[in-house]
Amino acid sequence: MKICITSEGQDLDSQVDPRFGRCQYFIIVDTDSLEFEAVPNSNMEAMGGAGVQSGQLVAQKQVKAILTGNVGPNAFQTLQAAGIDIITGAAGSIREAVEKYKKGELKSTQGPNVNSKFGMR
Amino acid sequence: MIISVASGKGGTGKTTVAVNLALSIREKVQFLDCDVEEPNAHIFLKPAIEEKRQVFIPVPEIDELKCTYCGKCREVCAYGAVAVIKSVDSGKGSVLVFPNLCHGCGSCSYFCPQQAIKEVNKEVGEIEAGYVQPAFPNADVRFVHGRLNIGEAMAPPVIREVKKYVVRDRITIIDAPPGTSCPVITSIKDSDFCLLVTEPTPFGLNDLLLAVEVVRKLSLPFGVVINRSDLGDDKTETYCQKEDIPVIMRIPFQKEIAVAYSHGKTIIEAVPSYQVKFQELYRGIAEGNFS
Repeated sequence: MKICITSEGQDLDSQVDPRFGRCQYFIIVDTDSLEFEAVPNSNMEAMGGAGVQSGQLVAQKQVKAILTGNVGPNAFQTLQAAGIDIITGAAGSIREAVEKYKKGELKSTQGPNVNSKFGMR
Repeated sequence: MIISVASGKGGTGKTTVAVNLALSIREKVQFLDCDVEEPNAHIFLKPAIEEKRQVFIPVPEIDELKCTYCGKCREVCAYGAVAVIKSVDSGKGSVLVFPNLCHGCGSCSYFCPQQAIKEVNKEVGEIEAGYVQPAFPNADVRFVHGRLNIGEAMAPPVIREVKKYVVRDRITIIDAPPGTSCPVITSIKDSDFCLLVTEPTPFGLNDLLLAVEVVRKLSLPFGVVINRSDLGDDKTETYCQKEDIPVIMRIPFQKEIAVAYSHGKTIIEAVPSYQVKFQELYRGIAEGNFS
């Protein structure tokens, strides 16, 4: 099964990026084989609408779930429309997050947990 | 003639200068409060509002029966206000519109190959207009201000509506918002002269430098008004001298002015001798002494 994790770096030992729309990389990983692809986030410096754009980028990758730290209202709506499980509060390395997800320790969220513009810094 | 009153820093006295200028000059004035995020000139001018209307921007509405989820609208939207999700299996996708990100440019409906997008009006603010005669019988000042709805992010559409009230047979005085971003540009562009109000503090000077960059970029003739000119330091004066920027007026700190302000009263009501100073300020601009 393919899932996506927001990441600060390009490999499985990188830390989970707590921002969704403006994270540095999206790591698309197969939870069984741990084969992965690191996609640089072109929306990192977007003026606005980063959550919406990133949501569509993730949707195109046809993943089952997204693991991230926080997700705002626009991104949430976009991911939900794409039928992707949204899991917030992920932290630590990408590898650890995948393990926790496989063990069922991470639960999907039912709503956005931060406001718009949270990732602006 | 259009005179705009701007500043980099907030709270330097834009509205104070704009209002007193409008009431002092013996001309027909069209006063436009373009600080639509927090308009406050009405507190001092106390206009009798005669006209009220809403401001709308066009936002897209998608006809999902016609939409093929091709993604053209998303591609042309510069603001990420449209999301197109293609479904994996059945072919039925979804299109999401985020009206709060939309600038109302109309590209999505223009480029939609299926003509599946129509524009619907979304209210973003309102305009109020009237005259100041009840409070100031000797002044012929027509007053217009815009008010952006709470929760709306984009001021320029409302500011553009306010600026449609510019008329040639009155001297237009524009009270601009603080800062140097889109709302300020929208407010001050096309002015014949821009007054930059500042205060002689490090913050005031820092933001004045930014504001000067803006007016120079827009090629507007401009001059500086230093409010509370006897407080702070002399770096602002030194800067203006070095840059050859005319300091057109200095308003020293005076307790009577501060007290009047706190009661919603103008400088010229508290210290009537200022009326002549504002008339001189206007005459200097009108005669092109600073351009």
